[in-house]
Amino acid sequence: MANDDISLTVEPGEIHALLGENGAGKSTLMNVLYGLLQPDEGEILVDDKPVQIRGPRDAIAAGIGMVHQHFMLVPVFTVAENVMLGAEQTTGGPIGFLDRRRARKLVREVSDRYRLAVDPDRTVEDLPVGVQQRVEIVKALTREVDLLILDEPTAVLTPQETEDLLEIMRTLKAAGKSIVFITHKLKEVKAIADRITVIRRGRTVGTAPPDTSEEELASLMVGRSVLLRVDKGASEAGAAVLDVAGFAVNDDRGHRAVDGVDLTVRAGEVLGIAGVQGNGQTELIEAIMGLRPVVAGTATLDGRPMHGLSTREILRAGVGYVPEDRSVDGLVKDFTVAENLVLDIYNTEPYGTRWVVRPEAIAESARARIEQFDVRTDASGQATVGTLSGGNQQKVIVAREFSRPLKLFIAAQPTRGVDVGSIEFIHRQIVHERGEGTAVLLVSSELDEVLALADRVAVMYRGRVIAVVSPDTPREEIGLLMAGVTTDDPATARTGSEDD
Amino acid sequence: MTASTVEAAQSVVEPVRYWTRQRKVGVGLAAVGVVAALLFGSLATSRKAEFTLAETISGSAVGIDGTVGAVVFGVLAALAGAAMLVTARRWFGWLLGLGIVSALISFLCWQLSQAPDNLNTIPLGSVARSSVTLALPLILGALAGVLCERSAVINVAIEGQFLMGAFAAAMFTTLAGSVWVGILAAGAGGLIIALLLAVLAIRFLVDQVVLGVVLNVFALGLTGFLYEQLMAKDQSKYNQPTFVPEWDIPGLSKIPLIGPALFKGNIFLYGAIVLVILIHVGLFYTRWGLRTRAVGEHPAAADTLGVKVLALRYRNVLVGGLVAGFGGAYFTLLSTTNFNKNMTSGLGFVALAALIFGRWSPIGSMLAALFFGFCSALAFSLGSINSPIPSQFLNMLPYIATIIAVAGLVGRVRAPAADGTPYIKG
Repeated sequence: MANDDISLTVEPGEIHALLGENGAGKSTLMNVLYGLLQPDEGEILVDDKPVQIRGPRDAIAAGIGMVHQHFMLVPVFTVAENVMLGAEQTTGGPIGFLDRRRARKLVREVSDRYRLAVDPDRTVEDLPVGVQQRVEIVKALTREVDLLILDEPTAVLTPQETEDLLEIMRTLKAAGKSIVFITHKLKEVKAIADRITVIRRGRTVGTAPPDTSEEELASLMVGRSVLLRVDKGASEAGAAVLDVAGFAVNDDRGHRAVDGVDLTVRAGEVLGIAGVQGNGQTELIEAIMGLRPVVAGTATLDGRPMHGLSTREILRAGVGYVPEDRSVDGLVKDFTVAENLVLDIYNTEPYGTRWVVRPEAIAESARARIEQFDVRTDASGQATVGTLSGGNQQKVIVAREFSRPLKLFIAAQPTRGVDVGSIEFIHRQIVHERGEGTAVLLVSSELDEVLALADRVAVMYRGRVIAVVSPDTPREEIGLLMAGVTTDDPATARTGSEDD
Repeated sequence: MTASTVEAAQSVVEPVRYWTRQRKVGVGLAAVGVVAALLFGSLATSRKAEFTLAETISGSAVGIDGTVGAVVFGVLAALAGAAMLVTARRWFGWLLGLGIVSALISFLCWQLSQAPDNLNTIPLGSVARSSVTLALPLILGALAGVLCERSAVINVAIEGQFLMGAFAAAMFTTLAGSVWVGILAAGAGGLIIALLLAVLAIRFLVDQVVLGVVLNVFALGLTGFLYEQLMAKDQSKYNQPTFVPEWDIPGLSKIPLIGPALFKGNIFLYGAIVLVILIHVGLFYTRWGLRTRAVGEHPAAADTLGVKVLALRYRNVLVGGLVAGFGGAYFTLLSTTNFNKNMTSGLGFVALAALIFGRWSPIGSMLAALFFGFCSALAFSLGSINSPIPSQFLNMLPYIATIIAVAGLVGRVRAPAADGTPYIKG
């Protein structure tokens, strides 16, 4: 059961934050409101009148609009086509010829009224993520909704884009719209919400005013007190372990994704790579791991060139790797936990040889590691890994990678879609590994995570490392770097950005 | 707002590469032209190669010395290719067309100069007419594919729909003594396969490619069985359909070359033209089309806006079945005189190739089908001038072209994003 006896009231012109961990049931609740799921019990009242919402059409008719976490936009359509879909402007008649002119005009009107700066004629796939999100908002507003549900809207945005979004939300509020703002980011909640409802394991655990402290909100969310800051000592950086020079890598479409990157990661330090997703981080890591051809440049591990090594050889050389997408690249979902724990070493003693595997040895080591890494599954590790929650799946990967002696640990988005408790645990493991003298390369699109763990922060933008800064650098400055604005002259950069 | 800064920073202009697709194609075309001039020029004899726009080889014709023709037109093709290097994007289509036609004429000059006396003439009118006629089932089959696949249901069962249509048309035309009854029955025949496809793919989520193959085998078996049980026993009662009538358009049908090809047609030709236009306009200018394309690209997006994804898919697959069944009637009411087991002989798959080559668009599919038809017609003509080249080589051409197209050498071929993926709510 994803939702169990939840009550939620949203007042007109209110920004109501719905706070909860991943998997707490926030999205389920909203999908019920939007008619994508049917409640087993309970009712929905709009303007104090009960309504039946059997599908999105009913929800829209009741004045409810939703911006989904994964955008519901047809990439090859123009903005206007996306906006008109489902409620098409036509020239009338039974055939229903599209009236694109009227649709464009409507998009322009709504865009101007709420200062969304959306061009109806652009093709959606060519637009930056932040603009795509505004298209989603336009889509809802043209349907004249009174309540707008924003599902994790800031997950894909740069800090600046997030600021813009918060501003748009204030504009909408001023125009009398109500907003349900779903998130697990405490800072944003405190910045914008009028009221906060916290959900845990499918139940409402409380409603709080926005001046509640972050620690208090976090413990409401998780159900116990959590350490928001990672406790780590000063780094004792040693010799360079990974040295990347002049790296150039192409993406799947053959475009240059990494364009001349130089990086050094030293023993006993965490180098964090900050940047909005899609600026070459994925390709960089995959190229280092031998999963993607290197167009130019060199990488050395402990001074030895990595060029031409297979991924297995790289792993055996003492590199641990947490891939970005655990369900695709990190785990074999239909295999058991125990099997997944030895994916890298199943053919070495004691787990097996070239010809056979030894299930008893595998099961025995699984038991030890399940306990050590606090994986919540049956103790013998015989459950299929796909049945575990995201956080526990991620712990399986981390457990597997940390079971070998490591020189270098590469983690891409190690806590994406993972609950706060598991985040805390994984962060502690990473810091512990750093203390053992392992070099750590961390990629995360969550700036908070990079700032919490890294000893040095490299900011990637459009395939280049445009700056390496200390994690004590002000967030705003790093945010600007992530948007490609270099701080040579921060004053002009900021004024320039306020001109719009 | 800072968003504009972000956008401005992100819209950095990509460096302009010299080797654009157009220039690469130009180099390829120039190479083909040079090869044509050298190879065909040296192989051709100095006898005359003659071309006529008429449908028969008697009467006046334009003649050219075989060697001269092969060399001149080969060089012309090479020049067209070279011109592409200079003009880059502009006139790309025209130059490409000019180059391909020139290379083709160069080839024909060689072939005709080798032909026996009295046979050294190509009746272009007849080639055009048979190109169009041979393309008809492919156009209709590909349109059925467009309807299904634009809403994301893969239709590999066009072959089966053809067979059912062909069978039903033969049987009911003979029984009722009217081709119109036969054509209606053909539509129903295609519809039966479409109904199975729709229910199994949309409701029961069966893998659509496997399903299509199975439905083809089913159609083959069913029509084969009924043929043995009914038709083979009493041909005159069940299997002697009449041809569809020919409808000349007065005046227009007298135009050389395109007159016989386009205006001396029948229900299949005019039907195909009307359907291409209808489906093109429908797909890109109406509410139905917008929704169909949305469902084919991103069904969840359509669903969250209240579009009924599954209903739309059912409707499109069923209409597609009608169209393919109608296309099947071509085989028994126009191209031959009666039904035979497996008489469609894989043309349903060729229609599928035309759909892909035509990039899932009605007009593109039609052009691809015409190209395939042209290759077959040309192979046929070369056979009649005793060409030493085995006709199989020319018949291979469409499929080589399709493979090249699908491999992405001729622009990017992009299927509807959700093609083949069943939609499950939630």
